[in-house]
Amino acid sequence: MPKDNGIGASPKRREDVRFLSGTGNYTDDIQVNGQAYVHFLRSDIAHAKINGIDLDAASAMPGVIKIFTGADFEGVGGIPCGWQITDRHGEPMQEPAHPVLAQGKVRYVGDQIAAVVAESVEQARDAAEAIEVDLEELPAVVDMKAALADGATKVHDDLTSNLCYDWGFVEENKPAVDAAFEAAAHVTTLELRNNRLVANPMEPRVAIGDFNRATGDSTLYTTSQNPHVIRLLMGAFVLGIPEHKLRVVAPDVGGGFGTKIFHYAEEAFCTFAAKSLNRAVKWTSTRSEAFISDAHGRDHVTKIELALDAENNFTAVRTDTHANMGAYLSTFAPSVPTWLHGTLMAGNYKTPLIYVNVKAVFTNTVPVDAYRGAGRPEATFQLERVVDKAARELGVDPIALRRQNFITEFPYATPVAVEYDTGDYHGTMDALENMADISGFEARRKASEARGKLRGFGVNCYIEACGIAPSNLVGQLGARAGLYESATVRVNATGGLVVMTGSHSHGQGHETSFPQVIAEMIGIDESMVEIVHGDTANTPMGMGTYGSRSIAVGGSAMVRATEKIIAKAKKIAAHLMEAADADIELKDGAFSVAGTDKSVAWGDVTLAAYVPHNYPLEDIEPGLEETAFYDPANFTYPSGAYACEVEVDPETGKVTIEAFNAADDFGNIINPMIVDGQVHGGIGQGIGQALLENAAYDENGQLLSASYMDYAMPRASDVPFYGVDHSSQTPCTHNPLGVKGCGEAGAIGSPPAVINAVVDALRSGGHDIHHIDMPVSPSRVWQAMNG
Amino acid sequence: MYNFDFEKPSTIADAVSALGTEDAQALAGGQTLLPTMKQRLASPSKLVSLNGIAEMQGICTGDDGALCIGGATTHADVAAGAGAYPGLAGLAAGIGDPAVRARGTIGGSLANNDPSACYPAGALASGATLVTNAREIAADDYFQGMFTTALDEGEILTEVRFPVPEASNYQKFEQPASRFALVGVFVAKFADGVRVAVTGASEEGVFRWTEAETALSGNFSAEAIADMAPGSDGMISDLHGTAAYRAHLVGVLTRRAVTAAG
Ligand SMILES: Cc1cc2nc3c(=O)[nH]c(=O)nc-3n(C[C@H](O)[C@H](O)[C@H](O)COP(=O)(O)OP(=O)(O)OC[C@H]3O[C@@H](n4cnc5c(N)ncnc54)[C@H](O)[C@@H]3O)c2cc1C
Repeated sequence: MPKDNGIGASPKRREDVRFLSGTGNYTDDIQVNGQAYVHFLRSDIAHAKINGIDLDAASAMPGVIKIFTGADFEGVGGIPCGWQITDRHGEPMQEPAHPVLAQGKVRYVGDQIAAVVAESVEQARDAAEAIEVDLEELPAVVDMKAALADGATKVHDDLTSNLCYDWGFVEENKPAVDAAFEAAAHVTTLELRNNRLVANPMEPRVAIGDFNRATGDSTLYTTSQNPHVIRLLMGAFVLGIPEHKLRVVAPDVGGGFGTKIFHYAEEAFCTFAAKSLNRAVKWTSTRSEAFISDAHGRDHVTKIELALDAENNFTAVRTDTHANMGAYLSTFAPSVPTWLHGTLMAGNYKTPLIYVNVKAVFTNTVPVDAYRGAGRPEATFQLERVVDKAARELGVDPIALRRQNFITEFPYATPVAVEYDTGDYHGTMDALENMADISGFEARRKASEARGKLRGFGVNCYIEACGIAPSNLVGQLGARAGLYESATVRVNATGGLVVMTGSHSHGQGHETSFPQVIAEMIGIDESMVEIVHGDTANTPMGMGTYGSRSIAVGGSAMVRATEKIIAKAKKIAAHLMEAADADIELKDGAFSVAGTDKSVAWGDVTLAAYVPHNYPLEDIEPGLEETAFYDPANFTYPSGAYACEVEVDPETGKVTIEAFNAADDFGNIINPMIVDGQVHGGIGQGIGQALLENAAYDENGQLLSASYMDYAMPRASDVPFYGVDHSSQTPCTHNPLGVKGCGEAGAIGSPPAVINAVVDALRSGGHDIHHIDMPVSPSRVWQAMNG
Repeated sequence: MYNFDFEKPSTIADAVSALGTEDAQALAGGQTLLPTMKQRLASPSKLVSLNGIAEMQGICTGDDGALCIGGATTHADVAAGAGAYPGLAGLAAGIGDPAVRARGTIGGSLANNDPSACYPAGALASGATLVTNAREIAADDYFQGMFTTALDEGEILTEVRFPVPEASNYQKFEQPASRFALVGVFVAKFADGVRVAVTGASEEGVFRWTEAETALSGNFSAEAIADMAPGSDGMISDLHGTAAYRAHLVGVLTRRAVTAAG
């Protein structure tokens, strides 16, 4: 019988009741007494010199409180970058200044020129229209390769070029890799683009700055995945407010997908303006604004080469990638194409030699940063596409070629600096083959052909590094942050628990799954546990939620804190039962003395902790509250095998997804229903990237797909019913729950399966096509078929 | 959105006089106009709602057998109530989503004449008559290019009269993002010939594909227009498809429409 409580059970998500009944508390739901509103005047030109800003008419408009420009931020810090990359030659990356409001120049469509604070949003917008800005248009830098050409216009005049860094990994391997290519029996080459995406969380960003004149404290309410990180970055680097005078609250957050990790200028502005005006200042992004102000994702252009020996063993991989940074460095932007991408290039394969070159480039476009998967989808896409192409070129079965090259022994040290602790790649592939009914494919293809359609089958594997990350390691790699996680477990007198976690839930269901762990450890009902997150005032300093890290790192911190609770509670129980600590057992919410029928209930022990009448006060303090900080020993390495089946309408080029099956190994699983949901959502986003989504710029730096009229989001009718299998479980060896994390897998593993299937379908129709860039829209597919 | 006045008259005559104010504009379902106003791309001084005018609502059959649809009738009502003209009911049922169909109107769509909208193809292929407060306009004279019609300032589309063809079908190939027509083709077979109207494709807005009409009038079958496609000159080219792709789709969709019309 399936469990109905604790680890492995699938209770419904308790937070959904408030989300679905309109009683959530999102940032925009917060009204601070006397709040004013800010509207940002954003540049509609991609690259221009600001010759002057005339505020006279605008300042006199009704309701205007004050209009700020870059000049008001002279002497104030800029938006910091949280990761420094060292390039191939040992030099630090080029890091441009990133002012809160534009100074001297605007560098992308959406860059903030001025901020109008007024009594209402409409008045602020009215006044913004009356601001006269004298912009001298400069040539826009859009194409990455052109941006690196000699004499190219510079996005930042004070940098030597538009090159942020030229990163080689592992640089010392390069000669050996080149030699392996010389010696190869076969080399497969593929050039591709990983399309730029807009994350589009359902809730647009919101920020409210508040200032308490009595105490001198500032508060920022914001749509963030990591309020403590925002507090540190904004407080220390931008505004110079120490943590004890700054509170950051990220209440219910309606989806993040990475784009709400970063510290944004709007947050700093609202906090700054609230203090300078002594009024709370609120900003609510419109959807149109989100398209040009939320950090975008992906946007890599890559050439990948795979070398094979005469027996079809992979002998080397070599890649050359241009990664778009946009106009400024967003918080974690430099890490995405490097450490979150290069370290994944071994994939599931025992390729002995790998060299990755990444050139990060500044352009006059919205800054690009982590988006669900962050670097790992880009790595997986190129690797799994080139492996598929190699199989076709060699005339071997794509699954057999993969299996032949699988890593089978663990731990496995890759040539790209990471060590996989566990995995069973044949196991997930077996599970996938069972689900996907491969033997029935030919019959299904015939049935499609009878209806005038082409049918294709595509498979791919993925490995991801998540549970981010060992602090000392990432420190060496350039992170300007630690990546541990924290939890405080507070047991109340009558036995209920509150867990203050540094993780942040913005749709992941932590309020349901985290209590399952505690319920399992103590043997009580989940309803006795409440999760508190998202407020720096009442949670320990934590690093937040991204990189599929919450259960692996945040959950581990919670386990460690709960272990401390249990250890102390056992001492209290031992005292109450006049037994030795070592003889106390905790089971089903009761403490007993081994080998006797003596027992005391959980609630009796917790009550004793706070009403310490009969209590070992000489040995232990009253109260039952413990904090733990957990720093992981390694990344975790979820893996899996995905298969997609498509139909292509050869007359129109339209691709429909007929089936999608996913076999993942996430190690141990806390709540299978939530894990399935995470995989479903991830695959939906991956299908969106593969078929639909495209943040396209024209040569003038105008975003062509700047609204839902042109930016195609996946809808229910675009995706099939998914098959998911999580039966293959190789627990993580280095965290207490044996969990690996499941948040990004779907988005990482699905795009190559879709494209592999589309290529398979087209080739079955006699088209000599090896690749189509994402999104494989009807027009692109038709174009490919018709030269 | 800028401030505006609002009136909701109950007769066409009152609506016409309300629209006499400078920069006044008719409001029907608001599915096009309100987003435009929210973006501050339109700033009417006054909105005159047409939704309270009973004589502009509903569907009936005229003495000549034409299907007469009130100018303020919603897409949902046409989808449900135009059973006598299945091709048109199907077109209405495929516009936008349920929310859009519950508010958006036939008059609003035809007055707006978006180059990717569906109704212009239906009206033009049907040889419909567009009735206004002042006159009757033949569909062939009404559509004058993207977002441009024969309507004068303040003129209200009160009714659209559709001759009902023997066979008809609308094929819409959706633009992946907006789900308007990347290309849409309406085929209507009348006793005296076939009319084919194409939306979404041309920079000139909705147009009749006369070459196909001629071929189909002789032989109403997909084979009659096998391999046929209009030239790509003047076709729209954008993020979602080249001119050549759109021209190709016109051929494909016309064949499919003919086959579906039966
Ligand atoms: C999400 C979405 C999806 C959509 N998808 C489609 C689609 O797939 N296919 C499609 O064809 N359309 C689509 N539309 C557009 C929709 O059909 C609109 O309803 C229609 O274009 C406008 O009709 P309305 O009644 O809303 O007009 P409004 O927005 O109220 O008005 C539009 C214009 O017409 C004028 N006007 C309105 N009524 C009259 C009248 N009786 N006489 C004179 N002038 C008038 C107004 O002054 C205004 O200029 C979509 C819209 C949305 C929001």
